[in-house]
Amino acid sequence: MITLNLNGTEHQLDADADTPLLWAIRDHAGLTGTKFGCGLAQCGACTVHVDGAPVRSCQTFLGDIEGAKVTTIEGVSGKVAETVQTVWAELDVPQCGYCQSGQIMSAAALLAETPKPTDDDIDAAMSGNLCRCATYQRIRAAIHVAADRLEA
Amino acid sequence: MLSHKLNALAERAKTKPVSRRGFLLSAAATSAGLAIGYRPLAGLAATEQSKQGDELAAYIAISEDDTVTIYSSQFDMGQGSYHGIATLVLEELGADWAQVKVEGASADVRHYGNVMWGGGFQGSGGSTSMASSWDRYRKAGAAARMMLVEAAAQAWGVPASEITVSKGVIAHAGSGKSSGFGAFAKPASGLTIPDTIALKDRSEWTEIGNPDLKRFDRVGKTKGEQDFTIDVKLPGMLTAVMIHPPKFGATVASFDADEAKALKGVTDVVAIDRGVAVVATDMWSALKGRDLVTVTWDESKAETRGSAQIMAEYHALATKAPTAVARTDGEPEAALASAAKVLEATYEFPYLAHAAMEPMNAVAHMNSDGVLEIWGGHQMPDFYQQMASKVAGVELVKTRMHIMKTGGGFGRRATPDADVIVEAVAIAKAIGWKAPVKVQWTRENDTRGGRYRPAYVHRMRAGIDADGKLVAWDNHIVGQSIVAGGPFAGLIKDGVDATSVEGSSTLPYAIPNLGVGLTTTDVGVPVLWWRSVGSTHTAYATEMFLDEVIAEIGADQVQFRLDLLKDHPRHAGVLKLAAEKADWGKKLPEGHHWGVAVHESFHSYVAELAEVSVEDGQVIVHRVVAAVDVGTPINPDVITAQVEGGIGFGLGSVLQEELTLTDGAVDQGNYDTYLPLRIDLMPKVEVHIVPSTERPTGIGEPGVPPIGPAIGNAVFRATGQRVRTLPFEKGFKSA
Repeated sequence: MITLNLNGTEHQLDADADTPLLWAIRDHAGLTGTKFGCGLAQCGACTVHVDGAPVRSCQTFLGDIEGAKVTTIEGVSGKVAETVQTVWAELDVPQCGYCQSGQIMSAAALLAETPKPTDDDIDAAMSGNLCRCATYQRIRAAIHVAADRLEA
Repeated sequence: MLSHKLNALAERAKTKPVSRRGFLLSAAATSAGLAIGYRPLAGLAATEQSKQGDELAAYIAISEDDTVTIYSSQFDMGQGSYHGIATLVLEELGADWAQVKVEGASADVRHYGNVMWGGGFQGSGGSTSMASSWDRYRKAGAAARMMLVEAAAQAWGVPASEITVSKGVIAHAGSGKSSGFGAFAKPASGLTIPDTIALKDRSEWTEIGNPDLKRFDRVGKTKGEQDFTIDVKLPGMLTAVMIHPPKFGATVASFDADEAKALKGVTDVVAIDRGVAVVATDMWSALKGRDLVTVTWDESKAETRGSAQIMAEYHALATKAPTAVARTDGEPEAALASAAKVLEATYEFPYLAHAAMEPMNAVAHMNSDGVLEIWGGHQMPDFYQQMASKVAGVELVKTRMHIMKTGGGFGRRATPDADVIVEAVAIAKAIGWKAPVKVQWTRENDTRGGRYRPAYVHRMRAGIDADGKLVAWDNHIVGQSIVAGGPFAGLIKDGVDATSVEGSSTLPYAIPNLGVGLTTTDVGVPVLWWRSVGSTHTAYATEMFLDEVIAEIGADQVQFRLDLLKDHPRHAGVLKLAAEKADWGKKLPEGHHWGVAVHESFHSYVAELAEVSVEDGQVIVHRVVAAVDVGTPINPDVITAQVEGGIGFGLGSVLQEELTLTDGAVDQGNYDTYLPLRIDLMPKVEVHIVPSTERPTGIGEPGVPPIGPAIGNAVFRATGQRVRTLPFEKGFKSA
């Protein structure tokens, strides 16, 4: 058994220490908002926060994060994340929607760290999150709008 | 062209195309309230698949709790078809978006068949979803409204003509009475459907064409609440991962799974026709088990050529005469022979993967009633139902399709051999139907699992006369047919697969002598439609080569095209609009250049102007100005989003996507080697929509084709270099 602090709740999981956090979240804890896209930290669909920092859960292992606080799209809260989600809907960013949990987790982490990001900051923070529908123009716009709204 | 093509699809799918006149818009009472849909006239048998009521395939169900459920015949892979169909229904029904939900209608070809494909086959593709739905979903919405109004009129004792319906409220101003829909769902279900169903005049529309309307499914997708096939959970469900043959056409000779079977969580390892499946209680156990399985393959029938060899063979074929003729206007060979100047160029296109974010998957479960249930991204549900029923050995009527949203499709979920569906069924059967099985491909399975945009070579020749006029054009296309050897092979007419030549054979320019030929190759790499199909390569070859002619003559990129498009006002219309919005003729910043392309696909017309510079050998796309004509725009913001995304999708493919094979094995595996566009290379895109009252056409695909040639033509102006081999990563030689 291994302990996972997920969205503020302690879970006792019957999983090995080498289990990727992604599959622990999805198959053991049963939360499916975090998506599998590549398994190799190449697409960002599995992005979650570990102690507030964005990580690729497919390449983060249960044994390495004992005691850490893991937040997924289902549990993300606070002014920054909620503003990002609201603006995302206002600008109609998602198309298929599959990558958007990861996009939003990365964007919220970016804005928490860098409240007024430039386009270069956005490129640096968001280039690890693929969107095959290529909703990038609206992702960029939504981050700028969210930044303005959080500043106001 | 499309409708003949898809009529043939229907024929090949061994379903019976039925005239729409064989159907009646009907209503039925259900346990929940009112259902409106279509039922066949007497004599056509019902199927088990009917959604609601006796023999009624519902389009709309209205429950006593006010919920309006719309059953969509069209599949939503992100392009917004559910939202589009809901818009059509809402416009006529007068419902409020908050009370609406949309579900995928399950395989019932008689009611949900694609009208654009003759109605005999359910499926979404060729950007037909809105065109197919335009009449029947609006009519269903209007009929439901009229019946609710009639029921209210009877209950309130007022004339129906005085009752209004808006935002989910039925109201009678004179008496002050008002109600939601639910209260009249049951009474309305006892009425007969009106003989005459009047649709709103377009001047009365509030939903259709509303630029401020946002997608109804947007909020769930920002909260992780949208379920996809990967998210299906069933009691006792097992997860299977696949080991596919390393080369296409290879089969399992033997395998050793002793170590894998001893691993915690692994329940079964089974060989099926498509490879070896490792089945476990969860994905990670299945993946760990997979590492411990060794498979010996029989490669005696495998394709062992590499892509470089295949391409070399295509180049050799391209200089020979084509084996089939797709179009001949005038006398192209004679005109080329007598032309004052002949241009010649060869364009090369690689295999491309769809690389959708959700790797392929499906769930199969034989339930306790002996019904085989299948969850998946069913882009061709009735066809998949037939395949599943055959593999399972279960009657068709005991096979039920659950249509899930899918994490991107781009054509990959419309697969003639129903690959991943067949795997799920075969695995569940191989383990004795003891549990529901979800088969989940890894990214590497997905990249290497076949079904690519075929590789092609185009040999282009043009003749210019002494007056500088373009008088001859010849386009020889060499590559695999998408449909040959499969269930849709009937689409091939006189040796021409229309999906190989569309865009080239439909070239709109007024050129007196024009030939399009095709040489179809026989290669064992499985291929498939990829967002915009033939136009993925024909738009690039034709619009780039036309630009070679323009440069030779010294003409203007926009005006030259307009001069040759006098008989094609919709092509000309989008080009004029894009040029106007781009301030055509106005000087760009130093080092910036425009490239122009216009292309029709699936009856939608798109022009794109790309502003490009080349700095330190890097192609930088600063801005794209697009104009589109899709007939009557239903959801302007969805149209805009599809063009933005289509440009990003097309740009990635042109710049850096390429799938290669070495000795028959695919070289790429994950997103570190197969390279879709990322945010840092996304240009600014502006989209302008031509106002139109024509019937609506689609926009899921048509934004893709023009971006490649628009950029290629701009790069020529920046560098003097013609990029004739894609992707740019390979074909653009930085100075």
